[in-house]
Amino acid sequence: MQQPKFGISLLVAASALALAGCGEEKKPEPAKTQAQAPAVPTIEIKIGHVAPLTGGIAHLGKDNENGARLAIDQANAAKIMIGGKLAHFELLAEDDQADPKVATTVAQKLVDAKVAGVDGHLNSGTTIPASAIYHQAGVPMITGSATNPMLTEQGFDNVFRVVGRDDQQGPAIASYLAATDKPKVVAVIDDATAYGQGLADEVAKTLKAAGIKVLAREKGTDKTTDWKAVLTKIKGEKPDAVFYGGMDATGGPLIKQGKELGLDAVYAFGDGACTDKMAELAGQAAEGMLCSQAGIPPQAASKSFLDAYKAKFNTDPILYAPFTYDAANLLIEAMREAGSAEPAKYLPTLHKISYMGATGRIEFDAKGDRKDAEITIFSMKSGKIAPIAVVKSGKTMTYDEFLKGMGGAK
Amino acid sequence: MDIFLQQVVNGLTLGAVYAIVALGYTMVYGIIQLINFAHGEVVMIGAMVALSVINLLADSGLPPLVVVLTGAACAIPVCMLVAYAMERLAYRPLRRAPRLAPLITAIGVSIILQHLAMLVWSRNVLAFPQIIDTRVYNFAGAVITNVQIAILLSCVALMAALAWLVYRTRLGTAMRATAQNPQVAGLMGIDANRVIATTFLIGAALAAIAGVMVGTYYGVAQYTMGSILGLKAFSAAVLGGIGNIPGAMLGGVLLGVVEALGAGYIGSLTDLCSYPVISGWLGARCAGGGHFVLFGSNYQDVFAFAVLILVLVFRPSGLLGERVGDRA
Amino acid sequence: MSAGARRKGVLFWGGVALVAAVLIVLPFAVTQIGTTWVRVTNLALLYVMLALGLNIVVGFAGLLDLGYIAFYGVGAYTYALLASPQFGLHLPFWVILPIGAAIAALFGVLLGAPTLKLRGDYLAIVTLGFGEIIRIFLNNLAQPVNITNGPQGVYRIDPFRLDGLNFATNQKILGLEFSGPIKYYYLLIVFVALIIGINLRLQNSRIGRAWEAIREDEVAARAMGINTTKLKLLSYAMGATFGGLAGGVFAAIQEFISPESFVLVESILVVSMVVLGGMGNVWGVVLGAVLLSFVPEILRFSVAPVQQALFGRMLIEPEVIRMLLFGFAMVLVMLFRPAGLLPSAVRKRELTERR
Repeated sequence: MQQPKFGISLLVAASALALAGCGEEKKPEPAKTQAQAPAVPTIEIKIGHVAPLTGGIAHLGKDNENGARLAIDQANAAKIMIGGKLAHFELLAEDDQADPKVATTVAQKLVDAKVAGVDGHLNSGTTIPASAIYHQAGVPMITGSATNPMLTEQGFDNVFRVVGRDDQQGPAIASYLAATDKPKVVAVIDDATAYGQGLADEVAKTLKAAGIKVLAREKGTDKTTDWKAVLTKIKGEKPDAVFYGGMDATGGPLIKQGKELGLDAVYAFGDGACTDKMAELAGQAAEGMLCSQAGIPPQAASKSFLDAYKAKFNTDPILYAPFTYDAANLLIEAMREAGSAEPAKYLPTLHKISYMGATGRIEFDAKGDRKDAEITIFSMKSGKIAPIAVVKSGKTMTYDEFLKGMGGAK
Repeated sequence: MDIFLQQVVNGLTLGAVYAIVALGYTMVYGIIQLINFAHGEVVMIGAMVALSVINLLADSGLPPLVVVLTGAACAIPVCMLVAYAMERLAYRPLRRAPRLAPLITAIGVSIILQHLAMLVWSRNVLAFPQIIDTRVYNFAGAVITNVQIAILLSCVALMAALAWLVYRTRLGTAMRATAQNPQVAGLMGIDANRVIATTFLIGAALAAIAGVMVGTYYGVAQYTMGSILGLKAFSAAVLGGIGNIPGAMLGGVLLGVVEALGAGYIGSLTDLCSYPVISGWLGARCAGGGHFVLFGSNYQDVFAFAVLILVLVFRPSGLLGERVGDRA
Repeated sequence: MSAGARRKGVLFWGGVALVAAVLIVLPFAVTQIGTTWVRVTNLALLYVMLALGLNIVVGFAGLLDLGYIAFYGVGAYTYALLASPQFGLHLPFWVILPIGAAIAALFGVLLGAPTLKLRGDYLAIVTLGFGEIIRIFLNNLAQPVNITNGPQGVYRIDPFRLDGLNFATNQKILGLEFSGPIKYYYLLIVFVALIIGINLRLQNSRIGRAWEAIREDEVAARAMGINTTKLKLLSYAMGATFGGLAGGVFAAIQEFISPESFVLVESILVVSMVVLGGMGNVWGVVLGAVLLSFVPEILRFSVAPVQQALFGRMLIEPEVIRMLLFGFAMVLVMLFRPAGLLPSAVRKRELTERR
């Protein structure tokens, strides 16, 4: 009686293996640039890039990938020599679906494919588990968009970040709010996700340290559409400002309902709700809201990057593309300076590197974070977010001052 | 005291929506003892269809009310079609199967509908065009908007219409008879299949209207909006007494008010720092206006489930008693 | 023993040996394609454990539990809290896994107790509610006292370690390269074999027959003197135990857990594995779990390039195809083969007779 069942399980196992084997071969071939005439010895270098290419933030994932791809294509065209050999770079672009389980699988896949370095991932929730796998294999990894401080607090020497952290972004928007609007009572709300709560915690900490009264934390979920109960409760405490750590999908209804209820306060948000979509969702209610973004606005990136991106992809970069562009270039530059594409050899160079990228001068501190990362403060004007200030190394300057300082970048 | 009134207003509006959706659940359960898991998805499809229509007409210059009504008018037939297909293809063949089978099928249908909607309307959160001029009315320290008033009035009207249908028309009598005992109803000349299909269609129409209301009230729609709404509405139906139409209305409103009051007050009630004795023990945590909240608004969703579980454990037939026939 | 019976015996044990040989060699063969596939296999084995655990509740005792993933979460968090920087505790895995399983069993009893008098569909909703409540608590127990670290999840969870054998690193043993996932694979195979063994014995024991009686007709079972309360609670507890065990291994493999991994969709996934495979049939459930774990992964690898080649872009994301597959599987199986792919004889009779 047992034979047929064993037979079936054998068949299943065998076919799974066979299909897996076939599946691997059918993987899409990454873009190959022009063939090199083998007169000079060449070296093939694979660089991985991971971001969610499917799902709710697929547009941001694609944006990230475009930045990395631009860097790789430019590097190939520049015919860089590494250790005496002509380098040919290949981008292995993967999709982690913003899911930690998939992220670890994909990270393992890249490690198996023997990549020399990784540009990615996008979300902190996926970058952190994946970083453990890269650390295991000794593969250097630079992220252009994961902002959770935990990433670089793990003590992994192969993990770098070119964008600001939430514990820089939170204090930045909180201090700006405190200095500009001078609130006496602030309500802090978050959406109970890792990102939203982390950011809200930082904001609350900074506000308390400034002596401002912070109300008890209110929470929603990442799908909450009815904020009236929470907002009514807050309204009873008469706050001067409301900060929300969460995404625009939930932030839009929040500000709309807040204004409807007559809760007239200054509304401030983090980068998740720092999009034009807020105006779409809340209409007139979103006017005048404050929000922050980690890093510089895409419009402030170096002109040559913006032009090259537009020329290649026929669209403007959305958010983090300048950072993934810089991350890929950092990997390549470190390899070039160290004369080798082997992680063990170029990792020390990466730690000490000083590089002028599309987002300004980049240097890493001991943890792998970017030194003097910028945070930009925006305000909603006529349905579009417009940068009004930049916070760098604890100093706040207006946006125009910042632009003047950036003039002359690559 | 003024925020109490405001919370009640919030809760009533929320509850009215729950009630309309709960009616769909309760009617279907009453007649074929099936929890139609996919009902929440029908609400979502109603909202999405209305969204597409309203987006098309938003710039046409028609008065906002006409645009919304057109959206609803387009959503209703689509939802009815979906519900009819569901009933005919997935539930009718399983009419005599043990209860486990249609329940699992219903879950499967719900997953299919959700992902088909995602293919059509994308994963993103979609915004309803802001065509309605929100006018705010103040009374006794609370605020109510014209949209809220419209929702409350429509819900009352719909419930009255449904009650009239069920208790004063032949179709309604046929529905109640089939719910009580399908075999005998058949002997009396009632075509059970047609009556059941009609029940699904009426439920779907209500779901479509609820979807339009939710969409215009909150201004957002997403392919996942049906599932949690559906769960809560079903809890409301059970709270009032499953199969019992006035029960569903009462349950919905009650659940909405409980949720709103819960979210509004439970945080302050369980803030240990506000109790002088305990805050003394907690010392530093409460110093300088600190808070030690045990159960805050983060537990909002738990209230619906907690209410459901408590009702089912202590009063399984709900507040107004259930009205379910014997399953053959 | 007659010649025929002896031949059958030889064939049977030959078959077992063959399957065992395949299973032992499998990870090394698969590693040739990529260690990723060993990881995929490990995740599949975890789902097999979950499906087997749920099978006890749904298949044997006939209680539709839609909140089963909560026990997976409890087991995972128990391991995570006792072997990570969260509380600074780093107990060895062979101490924590039994604790995790026991705590999960406790939760099984706690969640099962209020549901004893509920009939089928109400039971489903209440168990669903419990599953969600546990997830919400896991997500929110970071304030006011930080127990679970909330949505941030627990990081840097210790992998399994057993004097000299670290399950997370690559080590050379007996001349063979054992990567981390391969070591976890063998451990999981041992657990799966154990659970299958326990399930098969349970099925044919007095307890198993009592469960069957409860499933068929609870009132009659009680009239026959079966203590339905105790047995139902036992089924919840046993099912939860296996879920908790799987959860502990999951936490160690991923070295990171968050409440996101324990959502309602996962519960429904495990239910569909049990239903598709054949409720009540241990081998059917294994088949269901293996199919519904591997087929979507294979689809993900093959569907994407096919769509790119045919249409130049992705029309339907692999993730969507996967979920549609689950949905249709549940509907179609219920319509045409309600007892599942490998039905248990009893179930088949019960589900097909009244059509």
